[in-house]
Amino acid sequence: MTQQWALFVDVAKCHNCRNCFVACKDEHVDNDYPGYAAPQPRHGHAWIDIRTRERGTAPMVDVAHLPVMCNHCADAPCMKAAPDAVSRRPDGIVIIDPVKAKGRRDLVDACPYGAIHWNEEREIPQTWIFDAHLLDRGWKEPRCVAVCPTGALTASKIDDAEFARKCADEGYAPLHPEYGTKPRVVYRNLHRFEKCFVGGTLVATRNGVVDCVAGARIELRQGGVSAGVAESDAFGEFKIDALAPDSGTYDLHITAQGMRPLQRTVTVAESVYLGTVELTAP
Amino acid sequence: MDATKVAAALKGAQWLMNWTAARHPDFAARLASRDKIVQLRVRDARGPARHYFFGKSRVRSASGLHAKPDVTLTFRDAAVAWSIFRPGAKRLDAVNHAKNFNVEVSGDDELACWFTETISVMRAVGWKIGTPAGNGETRYVNGTNSGPVFVYVKDGRIVRVTPIDFDADDPQPWRIEARGRVLSPPRRTTTTSHTLASKSMVYSKDRLLYPMRRVDFDPNGERNPQNRGKSGYVRISWDEALDLVAGEIQRVKREHGHGAILNSHGSHHTWGNIGCYVSAFNRFMNAIGYTKMVINPDSWEGWYWGAVHHYGYNMRLGAIEPYGHVEDCLKEAELIVFWSSDPESTGGSYGAFEGTQRRLFARDIGIEMVHIDPSLNYTASLLGGKWIPIVPGTDPALAHAIAYVWMTEGLYDKEYVATRTTGFAEYEAYVLGTEDGVAKSPEWQAAETGVPAATVRALARRWGTRKTYLAVGGKGTTFGGACRTATGTQWARAMVCLMAMQGLGKPGINFGNLQYGAPVDLNFYFPGYGEGGISGDVETTGAVIQQYQRQPQLPSMNIVTQRVTRNRIPEALLDGKTEGYPIDPKSPYGQFMRFGYPSPGHSRVRMLYKYGGSHFGTVQESHRLADAYRTNDLEFVVNQSIWLEGEANFADVLLPACTNFERWDIGEWTVAGGYSHHNNCQLNYRVISIQHPCIEPLGESRSDYQIFLALMHRLGLGTYYSEGQTELDWCRAQFDASDLPKRMSWEKFLEKGYYVVPPEDWSVSPQPVALRWFAEGRAKDMPEPHPLPAGYPGRFREDLQTQSGKIEFAPTSLARFDDPGRPPVNRYIPSWEGRQTTELFARYPLQLLTPHPRYSFHTHADGKGTFINDIEDHRVLVDGYYYLAARIHPDDAAPRGIGKHDLVRLYNDRGSVICAAIITRRLVPGAVQCYTSSAVYDPVGDPAARIDRGGCVNTLAPTRWQTEKTSASAPNSCLIEVEKWTGAAAPRHDAAAAARTSEVTA
Repeated sequence: MTQQWALFVDVAKCHNCRNCFVACKDEHVDNDYPGYAAPQPRHGHAWIDIRTRERGTAPMVDVAHLPVMCNHCADAPCMKAAPDAVSRRPDGIVIIDPVKAKGRRDLVDACPYGAIHWNEEREIPQTWIFDAHLLDRGWKEPRCVAVCPTGALTASKIDDAEFARKCADEGYAPLHPEYGTKPRVVYRNLHRFEKCFVGGTLVATRNGVVDCVAGARIELRQGGVSAGVAESDAFGEFKIDALAPDSGTYDLHITAQGMRPLQRTVTVAESVYLGTVELTAP
Repeated sequence: MDATKVAAALKGAQWLMNWTAARHPDFAARLASRDKIVQLRVRDARGPARHYFFGKSRVRSASGLHAKPDVTLTFRDAAVAWSIFRPGAKRLDAVNHAKNFNVEVSGDDELACWFTETISVMRAVGWKIGTPAGNGETRYVNGTNSGPVFVYVKDGRIVRVTPIDFDADDPQPWRIEARGRVLSPPRRTTTTSHTLASKSMVYSKDRLLYPMRRVDFDPNGERNPQNRGKSGYVRISWDEALDLVAGEIQRVKREHGHGAILNSHGSHHTWGNIGCYVSAFNRFMNAIGYTKMVINPDSWEGWYWGAVHHYGYNMRLGAIEPYGHVEDCLKEAELIVFWSSDPESTGGSYGAFEGTQRRLFARDIGIEMVHIDPSLNYTASLLGGKWIPIVPGTDPALAHAIAYVWMTEGLYDKEYVATRTTGFAEYEAYVLGTEDGVAKSPEWQAAETGVPAATVRALARRWGTRKTYLAVGGKGTTFGGACRTATGTQWARAMVCLMAMQGLGKPGINFGNLQYGAPVDLNFYFPGYGEGGISGDVETTGAVIQQYQRQPQLPSMNIVTQRVTRNRIPEALLDGKTEGYPIDPKSPYGQFMRFGYPSPGHSRVRMLYKYGGSHFGTVQESHRLADAYRTNDLEFVVNQSIWLEGEANFADVLLPACTNFERWDIGEWTVAGGYSHHNNCQLNYRVISIQHPCIEPLGESRSDYQIFLALMHRLGLGTYYSEGQTELDWCRAQFDASDLPKRMSWEKFLEKGYYVVPPEDWSVSPQPVALRWFAEGRAKDMPEPHPLPAGYPGRFREDLQTQSGKIEFAPTSLARFDDPGRPPVNRYIPSWEGRQTTELFARYPLQLLTPHPRYSFHTHADGKGTFINDIEDHRVLVDGYYYLAARIHPDDAAPRGIGKHDLVRLYNDRGSVICAAIITRRLVPGAVQCYTSSAVYDPVGDPAARIDRGGCVNTLAPTRWQTEKTSASAPNSCLIEVEKWTGAAAPRHDAAAAARTSEVTA
């Protein structure tokens, strides 16, 4: 089968160092690659766009960063919108021809991911080209991968079957699969960006001193079905993750050795840190 | 015999030059560029002599003496001449002859250098540099503040800058096995956003391309110092600029006396051992004599002024030896407590993301992590674990409470405390409250720190029962954050005391955050920039350790003893009177030696030679600098800068320097030398690189070295300054002064551009771990020359550099030195600017934190239209202007009506800074966070109004020292208010009140 490029993004490993973003600017600002891409404007464009999501409140906050770039879709809406100007190479890389696409501002709106950027000065739509011009010269991987310090970005040239297997085995999935564009850029740990958690800090008073309660069992149920189980850590903290936003009301059951069981109702609009929850002895 | 050989060599030189010119048009053009006569002779008029006629593409020469040569090089005799001319001549011979006046120059100083440089250039014409990279591109190598890079160049322009991918000839990486898994780094260097933005720095809209003079500055008439920072510039020629600066240097010395010239520079410069401020600039300033700006250890502060008294390590400004940490931590540790430690933002120092994979590995093998910080920093958000948000500046209270739990619950290493420390009983009496009636319990600290008592107990018990690495500051052993608050010395001292209670140095128990202590080969020598480069200065650099023997050269020495501490330059200029305490790392006592300004019998400063990064963005309450620049007492200001930014806008004459991508240099990644001995042990691979001149200097800009040399020529010091060498010769001198020639030829090094030092083979004998020797009571086995031999109170290598040789809970050095802020037992003294200072807090209820920047390297890569401007976490584009990002908690933003990207005014009595708001829950409420080191100083209206929209947030920070008898800055103790800024309303700031609200230590 044909081998095509794919980019794998681990959301949990992206820490917004911006190396990929700046490397992309370095590669394209003031540089013209005829047939691949015209120069990127010095400012304003984010062909690799890092989006940020914060969840929770202090002391239980986490932050996720989501790099969004051209998905090099197998079924690319931009290609459908402009078959004369956009093409997909045998290696899977989608190229918006910088000459033929002149004036095609509609392509910016054609991309449901917001990954196509309008170059005002040149009047062309532009996007991240997977460094096709470098791969064609023998480079082994795109620059964003080479500069990623955490390993959040990895690239492979693989066939569809291996792509599907890797996605299934390692938990990668496209952004918004409902768009149906068959992206070749896939993500894991997306719950850090898209989903919610319920967390809290368990304490109890023993001998007149407030202490954290470790080892408690916390379960979240909705409609009698378990939505997640956690155990409190040394700081009394627990977190049940990957809940859908605006998913309504849950029952929280807390059981700890030597403590009265505690039940609470939690409504999940976005992530919820319950603060300090005091357990009492029977 | 020698006479015959010398005569032949002199004749042969002409033939060689013409042979080279016939093959290399550039060299022919060089020969034609001077219409002059150069004569070489021996003293004895009967001896060999030859004079050369330059001015055409071929040189002519004649034997014997010329009646009117433009310059003459005279050798004592033929033997001296031959020892210099002979094939394989030693540089040391030439230097020794110069020192003993066996070689002398008379006539045109510039021409003499041009001639010897021509001989050098001739030797170098055949050397290849760079690698063809396809598509018409050539790949060169350069070095930056976060690592070596490949630079791809096409048609004389930089195409791209990338990290270094190692090739098949480069060594394989080290491996560490821990808990059934193997860690081994990828075969390339890591890098940062600010290095990747290099091209945008080179081709910046703010590049200084021509020498300039302030339009209303007339050295022979009205100087109009009151207009510095306001009036514009007019382009002038290099000759005019250099004549003007050289003329002012001489005038100021004659009119006012030696020492009337002050230098000023940033703590960092473009990378490279030649261009660094410690090197070429230092040699230049020493040659003219100057009042030295004393840098305070501003990234170490609390460690230098506090921690050293407990455990020595003054030679590292308070950081412990950083060896063997990675393997020990990964194999042994169960918990890492990151306390004000964010290596994912600042990468150790110069270290990019070299430690990142180690920290991820540590998490993945199950090492628990805790992060104590007012913000959920990037290290905490990447690695996860428990975040303990803390009220800024209250960290020592939390530390004492942890000690309290350990003392009351017996969770400390009693045997270690008994045998390896002194003074514990005194500390215990303070913590338990038997001394003052106040138990420093978790409940006691809660009101100060905002950390619940239960959390403190949980932390103390976890820590007290697990082998724990304590990561302090960006390096893991020091650097930034809490050490830069009013309580910075207390915090650093408390960290030492806590680790002393846990058995510092035992397996898995140490300072560190996995950034340092990688198993690289540290016995292979290459000099760091702190070793002085070409300075020849053994007094104020680390040259004395190795370079003075390894690199033959003429020495340099400043004849002026007067000093001004960096943060007090405005007072020196405005009031003519100030004082300071020095960095003197030889012993813990050097820092006690107060110095005043002016020094007895010395002139006040009348001229400023400013070089490199702007202090508007780095020094506390830096609006003072704008005032200082405009005093009549400062007669002349020259600024040698790459960009027209920051302080450059306040100069009378601007000298345009080029970047490191436009000139020769050489250096090893991260290698600072000096206070940061073996700074390269944070690296996965040691990489030593030549720094190719990838492109020609832009406009009329020149390398710093060439600018200094041109000034030296005007003072008749050119041959002294350059020793007749080119910049490439100096690079070669550094190469020759290292261990590199044993591994790689100079020509191969030049062509390939870098050398990777193979990792040490630790299977032969295990890598020693920091302080294990101390914990086990045996001789020190660390590869560092610290302490100096006399620093050991007992037998050599068997002690720490304290009086007792042990860790002292109540240091004797502080006991004999009366500083109220540093009592011998480390008592909690609340910050003098924080939530406890109720009157000020009522007016300014927010605490401003200004950590080291993540996306710029200090002022490098910030502003000036670089790619970094587009990073929203750094700057935000509002109405066409890139404002510095100010992070504020929603609980603080909402009542002030502040929304995302709103322009806000951060202000207090010291001034105002306009920023763009980022609303974030990553902060403890009540704190506002901005990166420090803005390159842009952009006063709204007259600087006297003290409103900056460039982002110099440190203009708001206090000048007060952490304690009365230190020069320890405290930028992170800063109270402000924030309001929405419309730009229309007059700010409420009262300029009169601003004059001196922050207490300056008298």
